Amino acid sequence: METSTKAIDNLKKNRAFLCLECGKCTAVCPISRFNNSFSPRKMLADGLFYNADDLVSDKQLWSCLTCQLCSMRCPVDVKFSEYMKDVRAEAYSRGKNGNPSHGGALHHVMEMAASPKLKQNRTGWIESGLKTQKKGDVLYFVGCLPYYQDFFSKDLDFSPISIAKDTVKILNYLGIEPVVAENERCCGHDLYWLGRLDKFDELGNLNLKEISDSGAKTVVTACPECAYALKDLYAQRLGKPDFEVKHIAEMVSENIDRFNFKDINREITFQDPCRLGRYMEIYDQPRKTLESIPGARLREMPHNRAGALCCGTTNWMNCDATSKQIQKSRLEEAKSTGAGTIVTACPKCQIHFRCAGCGEETEKVDIEITDYVNLIASAIDG
Amino acid sequence: MPSKTVKKKTRKKAVKKDKFVPNIVAFACNWCSYAGADNAGVNRFQHNPNFRIIRTMCSGRVTPGFVLKALKLGADGVLVSGCHFGDCHYIFGNYRAVDQFEKTKALVKTLGLEEGRVRLEWVSAAEGPRWAELMDEFVEQITKLGPSPLNHNKNGKK
Repeated sequence: METSTKAIDNLKKNRAFLCLECGKCTAVCPISRFNNSFSPRKMLADGLFYNADDLVSDKQLWSCLTCQLCSMRCPVDVKFSEYMKDVRAEAYSRGKNGNPSHGGALHHVMEMAASPKLKQNRTGWIESGLKTQKKGDVLYFVGCLPYYQDFFSKDLDFSPISIAKDTVKILNYLGIEPVVAENERCCGHDLYWLGRLDKFDELGNLNLKEISDSGAKTVVTACPECAYALKDLYAQRLGKPDFEVKHIAEMVSENIDRFNFKDINREITFQDPCRLGRYMEIYDQPRKTLESIPGARLREMPHNRAGALCCGTTNWMNCDATSKQIQKSRLEEAKSTGAGTIVTACPKCQIHFRCAGCGEETEKVDIEITDYVNLIASAIDG
Repeated sequence: MPSKTVKKKTRKKAVKKDKFVPNIVAFACNWCSYAGADNAGVNRFQHNPNFRIIRTMCSGRVTPGFVLKALKLGADGVLVSGCHFGDCHYIFGNYRAVDQFEKTKALVKTLGLEEGRVRLEWVSAAEGPRWAELMDEFVEQITKLGPSPLNHNKNGKK
């Protein structure tokens, strides 16, 4: 980075100047556990004092999961994820990029969604039994699920769109007929963390218009990344939105008395998605709901809540052997609790955990992976 | 220089201002389709010139990312072309291409673009006339669909 005023302002904003070089970040970083050439402390020191130019061209810059685990341990509260975002923005402006996973297909979809002329065809999944409407108080923000359905359903042998269907089912059960916007865009979360802030703003403005056109006062989503982007990132960059944002786990736990569950009789463990947990501090609500299902015995993993480990990849970037090791170790940790099912509240966690089981048979960890929403919907009686 | 001015004039004549000229990207595999296109050129089979070929080693290498990037950058149509089944230089590459293309097509549909903007075809190295015919047909198909909503070029604007 050049020592411009903008770079210095950024370093002040993300508190990078305060770094004590204690190295706690590197000690907890899920990537550093398996890849000892990756060090958040070194990256911070590089940016501050030594070789900023090398840092910008470093491919590992794009490996950071922005999972916020380091910030939890940092004694001076350096916002390392924000720092990464700022360095990536600088790197991107110099024409550098990491290795996008899946041939960059998902990034292209996000960037194409920012084109105002595009009329998407994304509501085909709404079946006759699901009640939705065009205008109303509650909007269900579907996120990228229709695209994940196209891209992952065949290879990973699961149906991402079932999360969307079950979310509407749960909302209908609570007597809510949600609005599903016809031309909702990608929330822009991934592009934000990759430093492509111009595209993020374009997507954000299109979404805010779409939501305000629907007249919704509450936006519900089943994706922690969408929830975080709509709630905090939009407020940060585009002004405070005039609607409330809730993840479906909050919605369900608020109305827990109205649910009538049947016995599911199984041992489960809960994976805290980084955006839901460390970013939005929603730890108790999903647990409360899962514990209230008769026959569901919740077993905690050693790393849980604010200390939960990541699913291995973020932003569809730099997926490599390290990601696979992180996924495998997390699944083994889940298995060691004696649980037969790992429940996650993020569609991306599920995609990554399922991908970990795609390789050799010997690599496979024998545990069922399901989404929080799918579990709740299957446990509803009647 | 006189020769340059003449060239410029003819080019201007060919591209009328308000006429839509499609921009097409064709991914052709090294072993069959690229040679097929070469064959069409060597044998001087007249066909529409509104496409750019990108040579890949195999049609199976053409992932959804390739096609989507072309569309993102404003291509009005994308053709993926490889060897006939059983002819693949890598034995199973074109079966992979079918798998990849299914995903591509689904994504293109969800994005709200017409399905006809992307196409998967098999052209062998000996099928020069077939390549010429195919390109004429595809250009016509895209011209009918009109410019892509992501096409921000001058020619793409109506």
